[in-house]
Amino acid sequence: MKTPKFLLPVATAGVLALTLSACGGGGGGATGGGAAGGDAAAGLDGRGPITYVQGKDNSNVVRPLVAKWNAAHPNEKVTFKEQTDQADQQHDDIVQHFQAKDAGYDVVDVDVVWTAEFAAKGWLQPLKDKMAIDTGAMLKPTVDSGTYKGTLYAAPQTSDGALLYYRKDLVPTPPKTWDEMMSMCSIAKKNNIGCYAGQFSKYEGLTVNASEAINSAGGSVLDKDGKPSLNTPEAKAGLENLAKAYADGNIPKEGITFQEELSRQAFQSGKLLFLRNWPYVYNLATTEGSSAVKDKLGIAPIPGATGAGASSLGGHNLAVSVYSKNKATSLDFLKFMTSEESEKFYATQGSLAPVLGSLYTDKDLVAKLPYLPVLKTSIEKAVPRPVSPFYPAVTKAIQENAYSAIKGEKPVDTALSDMQKSIESAGAGS
Amino acid sequence: MATELGPTPVKAPASGGTPVHHAPKGVGEDNKILSQGKWAAWLLAPTVIALGIVIVYPIISAIVMSFQKDAGLDPATGLFTAGGSAGIQNYVNWLAQQCAAPAGGTVACPPGTLGAQFWSATTTTFFFTVVTVAFETVLGFWMAMIMARTFKGRSLVRAAVLVPWAIPTAVTAKLWFFIFAFEGIANKLFNTSILWTGSEWPAKWAVVIADVWKTTPFMALLILAGLQMIPAEVYEAAKVDGATAWQRFRMITLPLVKPALMVAILFRTLDALRMFDLPYILTGGANNTTTLSILVINQIRQGFNSAAALSTITFIIIFLVAFIFVRFLGANVVEQSGATGKGKK
Repeated sequence: MKTPKFLLPVATAGVLALTLSACGGGGGGATGGGAAGGDAAAGLDGRGPITYVQGKDNSNVVRPLVAKWNAAHPNEKVTFKEQTDQADQQHDDIVQHFQAKDAGYDVVDVDVVWTAEFAAKGWLQPLKDKMAIDTGAMLKPTVDSGTYKGTLYAAPQTSDGALLYYRKDLVPTPPKTWDEMMSMCSIAKKNNIGCYAGQFSKYEGLTVNASEAINSAGGSVLDKDGKPSLNTPEAKAGLENLAKAYADGNIPKEGITFQEELSRQAFQSGKLLFLRNWPYVYNLATTEGSSAVKDKLGIAPIPGATGAGASSLGGHNLAVSVYSKNKATSLDFLKFMTSEESEKFYATQGSLAPVLGSLYTDKDLVAKLPYLPVLKTSIEKAVPRPVSPFYPAVTKAIQENAYSAIKGEKPVDTALSDMQKSIESAGAGS
Repeated sequence: MATELGPTPVKAPASGGTPVHHAPKGVGEDNKILSQGKWAAWLLAPTVIALGIVIVYPIISAIVMSFQKDAGLDPATGLFTAGGSAGIQNYVNWLAQQCAAPAGGTVACPPGTLGAQFWSATTTTFFFTVVTVAFETVLGFWMAMIMARTFKGRSLVRAAVLVPWAIPTAVTAKLWFFIFAFEGIANKLFNTSILWTGSEWPAKWAVVIADVWKTTPFMALLILAGLQMIPAEVYEAAKVDGATAWQRFRMITLPLVKPALMVAILFRTLDALRMFDLPYILTGGANNTTTLSILVINQIRQGFNSAAALSTITFIIIFLVAFIFVRFLGANVVEQSGATGKGKK
């Protein structure tokens, strides 16, 4: 009699905890299952206030656009939910909210590499039938990046492609092919500087660089069905290009530690002849006071086997959540955010590359961003990074093995077959 | 019989009387204790509930998840489907480094999968723990000895020593990332051209150096607290008896500071075993600097349920280390209190 009374509050707590964990168990099962999310047919005609979710709005692009929308649509106001500026945190934040079937995340901004994963989880509204959008004017690779299993799940919003920066004071005409670039490395040696660098530190940037090397040589990481296809002579040639260049010293030995910023600093202080990097380098290298290459900077498409290489694609897509209650408003907002006017605003205000081909020859834009015509070539030839719902495992497999191969710790053949097996294992599911 | 019976009835009331006599008082005390206990239990309840929600629930939830399969892909629709129950397969996969095979079943994890990194990550974690804690203990002790002395500007030194500890680890890591860059200060200062984050041993030492720099002050502070508990008279008496400085250190300082030192080492060891942010930012886990915590975070992005199994394994490893330590420490404490008790008697 005494003991139960004494323990009553504790028991209450215990029961409460058990109840909660029971709920948690159920939740855990559901999250683990991720069984085809919400109802893609519900709320198609819903109109009303919605929320737009995106990472930190560093260059103040989103706020003016949202304000403009809200002024025109007083009954369908958009609330902007700003996430952090860390891509990993943005990803995890979206995952948490979708797993909780949060109807408050109506329109989300997803990195190109997350699109397949979210689509396969059943979280993104297919953009077809009633929800269809017109992608005719958009650059094809950007549309591909929003497509999973033949269905468009996300609308391209902004894009990004690689550029080859070179020293036009030392190299009068930029190299068109990889071999041509390697033959120019004697110029670098004469001037006592490094020849070529990209981003070869073991992180996401290495996946970008390694897939670029493989795609540019005519290979591919995944085939059309999403199965790994690395046991090909083309893939081998691609990865071998990097490994050989590192062994020869054409990629300086510190290149193995380079991420975007370190490689930019090396080039900007005049220590590199060629640099593979994103368009953001252009403005910094031409305007920063400390830049040693201000007037010696040339840009070209990245080199491939026989002509321009296949850049990896960066950028973001816009998607509508299946849990949204106001999908009609969401679709309108999505169209608004990808309209020509908005696309132009991204470019002028945030230096973000547009997805509409026509804007790359727009006079005003080219005056402001002189690299646009070159970037268009780069994006037109670009290949999205491997589109796979298992992207996190795929990118780890590429990083781990490409890193060993470039450093020469592992023969290229072994690295590729390990890569192949790792990706197969990820796809096999557990 | 009668004589035997006699005392019994007499005794009976007496023996029964004692409790009866004491009963009112005893029951009153019991009631008081009970009502106090009840009161205390109700007062404790919110804390227990809070602990239940923030500690018990997540742990149970994680353990439940760890016995579920990760979602697999339905090849027809391309959508994820629930994995179902996995039994202890997730645990077996980690410990035996087995991965799913395309043809079904499991194979040894190929290099490039997270599964292939389990034992190397465990080794790395213990390497970091042993090496950093050893350095931090020695350096921390030395710093504490200096800070314990009386000299001009002592408070300034004490405050200055704390600066590395006060900087958030993520900031520290980024700081050392630039110091250890190829064109960074470390190479400029020593006129070397080492790729600090580009190969295995330099990368490991880079992490150790950054961690020692950051956490030694914490160690020093805990040891300093222990040092200041030692009365000055003990040293004076030893000096009068002609003990040398080394003897004083070995026979007085060390034994008396030991309890504080052991607690400090325990704290640091548990802390080091779950090291995450420093190697994650400094090296990204490249060149064999992936710790168990980094592996867990990477796995979370690939499948929650395997990650839950891995974090449970990590939890058990840390728990075992803590258990061994506390047993070891506890034995010491008992021995000491017993000794002092005897002395007092």
